[in-house]
Amino acid sequence: MAGEILGIIIAAILSQNYILVKFYGICPFMGVSKKIDTALGMGMAVTFVMALASFACWLVYNFLLIPLNLVYMQTVAFILVIASIVQVVEMFLKKMVPALYKALGVFLPLITTNCAVLGVVLVNVQEGYDLLLSVLNGVAGGIGFTIAIVLFASVRERVNKSDCPESFKGYPITLIAAGLLALAFMGFSGLSIT
Amino acid sequence: MNFKKQFNEGLLTKNPVTVQLLGMCSTLAITTSLFNGIGMGLAVTIITICSNVLISALRKVIPSQIRIAAYITIIAGFVTMVDLFLQAYIPALAESLGVFIPLIVVNCMVLGRAEAFASKNGVLASAVDGLCQGIGYTVALVVVCVVRELLGSGTFGGGLLGPGGAGITIIPQPFPAMQMVMPVGGFLILGVVLAGNQWLMKYLEKKNKKKEAAK
Repeated sequence: MAGEILGIIIAAILSQNYILVKFYGICPFMGVSKKIDTALGMGMAVTFVMALASFACWLVYNFLLIPLNLVYMQTVAFILVIASIVQVVEMFLKKMVPALYKALGVFLPLITTNCAVLGVVLVNVQEGYDLLLSVLNGVAGGIGFTIAIVLFASVRERVNKSDCPESFKGYPITLIAAGLLALAFMGFSGLSIT
Repeated sequence: MNFKKQFNEGLLTKNPVTVQLLGMCSTLAITTSLFNGIGMGLAVTIITICSNVLISALRKVIPSQIRIAAYITIIAGFVTMVDLFLQAYIPALAESLGVFIPLIVVNCMVLGRAEAFASKNGVLASAVDGLCQGIGYTVALVVVCVVRELLGSGTFGGGLLGPGGAGITIIPQPFPAMQMVMPVGGFLILGVVLAGNQWLMKYLEKKNKKKEAAK
């Protein structure tokens, strides 16, 4: 059990990193990585929502979809759960923790369409994780997301100042920088604990 | 309605992948063989057309406060249909695209077209827009696929052509760089394709200016 938990954590953070190895959540990865601060904010918001979504979707899947024989509706059900979680989190933070809301505010609506969140939930179902492992996978996936996006933001701050061929300015050079970061993460691919 | 302009926008000047950078997850993840690229492109095109049509038809009924939730529900419905259809009739494609079919729900391109076009325009125009943007997406995907497959596996048309669907070998083993079909190659090749697109647009702009100057 302990080995399995450790294996999931290491896989989700390093060897199967959701952004750089599995390609979930590329849109926020490219969109919100211009500054380290905002990247960190986005990472925290995503981690939080991922954990909550893993928890809620596990309950919905096991206590609603399976008994009602509606498993084929899982995509629709999960995206609705995620959208409502994001909405509730937004309202809760606005009312109870205004400081955090200010810091994360603009990122929250974006998370609904972040494929990393839906991706984690679908992986949980596919792998047949129980409630604890699902939430753990959500948290670890979020941490992996945060690490990747913060690392990339710091690389990008330098890339933007560099001199490169005219056609490569902007997104092309950014993608190539991301490619090099993915190359570095490939080094973790042999790492597995079973 | 201006079909030529919409087509041009979808394919080049406002291409969803190379210019707007929408739907990047699937662009990077599944572009390892021609079969995947065409399959994914067609699936997204069909879903975009259907959701554009329905959203455009309902645009006066959906209250604007909850429109995003309504759009996502509509899109998720179509994605589920396509997902079930592929699992039933083209299981090979369903297996190789895997979780990226349900993830079309959160493909920003589909939602982006709903919000930017279908919610403001008529049904027919929205259908054409979905088709044009879908074609642009498919073409971009296929270009990335062909380059990546050639460099990474040394083949052309993997999943479709050649013996047993393994593709036609162009670069014999062991010369292909396996890294190109791995995540690294996705980022690198998409970066180069984007750069090529920027170069092409600048070139066309210059040519147009010269033409105008000559007049």
